[in-house]
Amino acid sequence: MSTPDSADPTARARDLLGVSRLTNRALSGALHGLHGVDQVGCELRAAALGTRSIKADSKRWAIDLAISMIDLTTLEGADTPGKVRGLATRALVPDPSDPSTPSPAAVCVYGDMVATARETLGDSPIRVAAVATAFPSGRASLPVKLADTKDAIAAGADEIDMVIDRGAFLAGDYLTVFREIVAVKQACTRADGRAARLKVIMETGELVTLDNVRRASWLCMLAGADFIKTSTGKISPAATLPVTLVMLEAVRDWREHTGDMVGVKPAGGIRTSKDAISFLVAVHEVAGEDWLDNQWFRFGASSLLNDLILQRQRMTIGAYSGADYIADDAPSAY
Amino acid sequence: MSRVDVRKTYKLYIGGAFPRSESARSYEVYAVPSRAGARPRFLANASLASRKDARNAVVAARKAFPGWSAATAYNRGQVLYRVAEVMESRRAQFVTDVRDAEGLTPARAEAVVSAAIDRWVWYAGWSDKLAQVLGGLNPVAGPFFDISAPEPTGVVAVLAPQASSLLGLVSVIAPVVVSGNTAVVVTSADRPLPAVTLAECLATSDVPGGVVNLLTGRAAEIAPWLASHRDVNAIDLTGAADAPGVSWAELEAAAADNLKRVLRPGGSGAEAVEPDFTATPALSRMTAYLETKTVWHPKGR
Amino acid sequence: MPTFDYAPAPESRSVVTLAPSYDLFINGEFVDASGGTPFATINPATEETLAMVAEASAADVDRAVKAARTAYTRVWSRMSGADRGKYLYRIARLLQERSREFAVLETLDNGKPIKETRDVDVPLAAAHFFYHAGWADKLEYATLGANPRPYGVVGQVIPWNFPLLMLAWKIAPALACGNTVVLKPAETTPLTALLFAEICQQAELPPGVVNIVTGAGATGQAIVDHPGIDKLAFTGSTAVGKMIAHAIAGTRKKATLELGGKAANIIFDDAPIDQAIEGIVSGIFFNQGQVCCAGSRLLVQESIAEEVVRRFKRRLETLRVGDPLDKNTDVGAINSARQLARITELAAVGEAEGAVRWDTGCPLPKNGFWFRPTVFTEVSQSHRIAQEEIFGPVLSVLTFRTPGEAVAKANNTPYGLSAGVWTEKGSRILWMADQLRAGVIWANTFNRFDPTSPFGGYKESGYGREGGRHGLEAYVRTEVSA
Repeated sequence: MSTPDSADPTARARDLLGVSRLTNRALSGALHGLHGVDQVGCELRAAALGTRSIKADSKRWAIDLAISMIDLTTLEGADTPGKVRGLATRALVPDPSDPSTPSPAAVCVYGDMVATARETLGDSPIRVAAVATAFPSGRASLPVKLADTKDAIAAGADEIDMVIDRGAFLAGDYLTVFREIVAVKQACTRADGRAARLKVIMETGELVTLDNVRRASWLCMLAGADFIKTSTGKISPAATLPVTLVMLEAVRDWREHTGDMVGVKPAGGIRTSKDAISFLVAVHEVAGEDWLDNQWFRFGASSLLNDLILQRQRMTIGAYSGADYIADDAPSAY
Repeated sequence: MSRVDVRKTYKLYIGGAFPRSESARSYEVYAVPSRAGARPRFLANASLASRKDARNAVVAARKAFPGWSAATAYNRGQVLYRVAEVMESRRAQFVTDVRDAEGLTPARAEAVVSAAIDRWVWYAGWSDKLAQVLGGLNPVAGPFFDISAPEPTGVVAVLAPQASSLLGLVSVIAPVVVSGNTAVVVTSADRPLPAVTLAECLATSDVPGGVVNLLTGRAAEIAPWLASHRDVNAIDLTGAADAPGVSWAELEAAAADNLKRVLRPGGSGAEAVEPDFTATPALSRMTAYLETKTVWHPKGR
Repeated sequence: MPTFDYAPAPESRSVVTLAPSYDLFINGEFVDASGGTPFATINPATEETLAMVAEASAADVDRAVKAARTAYTRVWSRMSGADRGKYLYRIARLLQERSREFAVLETLDNGKPIKETRDVDVPLAAAHFFYHAGWADKLEYATLGANPRPYGVVGQVIPWNFPLLMLAWKIAPALACGNTVVLKPAETTPLTALLFAEICQQAELPPGVVNIVTGAGATGQAIVDHPGIDKLAFTGSTAVGKMIAHAIAGTRKKATLELGGKAANIIFDDAPIDQAIEGIVSGIFFNQGQVCCAGSRLLVQESIAEEVVRRFKRRLETLRVGDPLDKNTDVGAINSARQLARITELAAVGEAEGAVRWDTGCPLPKNGFWFRPTVFTEVSQSHRIAQEEIFGPVLSVLTFRTPGEAVAKANNTPYGLSAGVWTEKGSRILWMADQLRAGVIWANTFNRFDPTSPFGGYKESGYGREGGRHGLEAYVRTEVSA
């Protein structure tokens, strides 16, 4: 739970931008004034980070860290209370053969499944995250999005994963995106003053260019996002390393600019331990050690946990393991 | 008795102007008799260029380089074609000069002048073809746009051939300047007058001052200073053949001090032979003074 | 915890089998040297002796040249281009097959990180052979002039910074064009060239087509002076390049020279800054800065100079300096004690001249030759560290205000090998590329190499190009006419 920012986010944005009135023009000026991103150079850097070799103790530590950063996710039309209970149970006991296995950070579900997840997780520190705001398209009116959010909060969600209005962003209507985030953030605050942490999904696969990813990252942070998140998982490409690299640069630069830390969550498409470790290497070398904590970095994933546990078992037993040795409560229904 | 003719003073051509040698020296130039055994006929007192004239010429050439090399290839082609037009209009003068300089029959002299003008036109046409023939896209293994194109190397010192006073002269100057280089030319010592007439053509066409500088005099005196000059980027040693007191080996050695591009004289071994200028030239006379520049840029969204 | 220490991830040395001593490779066989004094080649990261290597005397060079001449006259010049190409294809494949062995050996002998030998040196070397193999039977289409013919015997002298890659840059086009070769690797890095000799044997390249003579300056001199050499190709310092140009003056020997540089890496205020930082890093720390085209002069627009330097220093903190065989090492060892002394001396001069020196203070191994990645700020054009090629991991930072000033400063050097430009404005890139007097311009990237892309310098950075169609010009003669 983050403490709600007492300052008015619009006033803060005005202050950061040095304008007297927050307009589209002011936002455009700021966002388009950010340094450009050269795609090829960015991809080369990402590839270079991918060649880092992690061995022995570091690898063990990295695997456990990665497990602890997972938002174990199911976001299907076919989700049932049974499946969600299974997923939540899995989060509690990721590997029955090894109780030392850490738990994921959260279970991520649709709003109507929050209560079910919460019930299964009980008093455990595992959080419940809910996607909201007409996920995944975000094509609904603001009141509907806010109702969606409040509903999840009321059901006990600790974290809200909202989507931005990509259409508005691509049309250059940054103010609409900004205002929606501000409004949803407000809706994340409960009556007792505690607030759910807000992850803002940019759906980078629809923003296409890395320049847009950088601008959207800053826009979300300006509007008060606690986390910036790549994707819904419904659009390909989802969480690529170059996109995440740009976001990590953004949160690093944001902290330099404002002193505040914002989290990063790549989601969708990260399936192997090797991938996950590459992301952690990027976190370490780009944003820095402070982000190597599930308070500030998450993986949105469903099958990644299985592979991490497979690797963990290999390191424990000294032999390669197999799928039959992984307890999977959420296999594909197809 | 016919009228007393008005004779021309033959001077140097530096930076677009016609100065006398700063040394105030001159030397006598004689016509080669067309009949064996005849007495050489006095033609003129040509300016005898000194090392300081050479120095001034390099300064003029360096000054002219940025503008000339940055001109569009089309523009350079037009300007050089204009030179050929002016040469054609001075054909009679050239014929006389070449006949006197090389001892040719009038018909031979006419043919040489025609070849020289045609050679100039041939080179002029290369200005906007070189980049396409010599440059191009490099298909590198990666998301990069990568292109190579020729660029002029800079200031080129040229020892013009001693024997071929016009066709040879044109054949060594045009390939230097067509690509955007500027030239400091030491003319044939004994046959300098066609070069001075060429200078008058250059001065009255649209060639910017300093692009071509012509020094009449002795290569043995001037060439070592050009070969060792650090602000000269390349040197053509063609005219070392039959130039008294000139060792092309020594000039090349001096040129090594700033890694000048060197075009060696014709011939084999230590011997220097003046080439036959009637043949169609090879590209190598132009490529000798060209650098290849390669530019990379990523291709991304 | 949490600390993200990368545990050592050393590449295994076992793939490399080192002999205690190495002979010369002449006429397809390893033969004893006559008269020279064998010398040790050491691992610069540990100072351990790797092997003893023969020193070729003038007599040995003469033997090698004669072998090359015989191979040229009897075999190689008579062979069809298609068949020459097939030998080059074989070599390319053999290099790929034995890539790990080459990478490890290169790292042992040179001190550069395995990451670079594995991902750059060796694959590019193979690519050069592959590219040139295809040219061997297509030379008449290369716009080189009428009737392109080989020169004959080519003498090649290569440096220690990219031992195998420079060998490939030299041998591949020479052979493709029908020449035979006498090559001398650098005295501190002869081992991959000698392993390449084995590749020639495995490829059944006709004896004498490639001859490898090891040694130092005297051996190189013997090649340069040998009357049986038709053409010289040299990569190395400008000083030696001038000596070679001097030595062959007045002869009919041709030369291509790829020499030093002092490249400007120019950062405008609208640069893609994170990529620019990477470009600065790879520009000066790739191969410990021991690269002729290294971006050793950083020219930053004054308005963002402070930000760039701050970001750059932060990035340096993540560079891993140490064991070159460790796959996570970014910066390895300096190649030799002599080179380290030169870098150390020039860095001291920079300090004495008043530039501000900074490095990360990272720990360095006890043995071996090491120099921390170092940056000098407040450098002026007249400082020696802004003028002289340091050939080490030392960056000099200068500032400029306008594009014209950047060009003037960038060009204000006798060198002209390479330059970098970083700006998101397309028209400015093209204008800058026009103005910069250098053979290779990297715009929004740096230190990219490809067999199809000509490489070589303006001014005192040498003459001739290597790579691409242009690189072939160095190895053919064409009809000579007026």
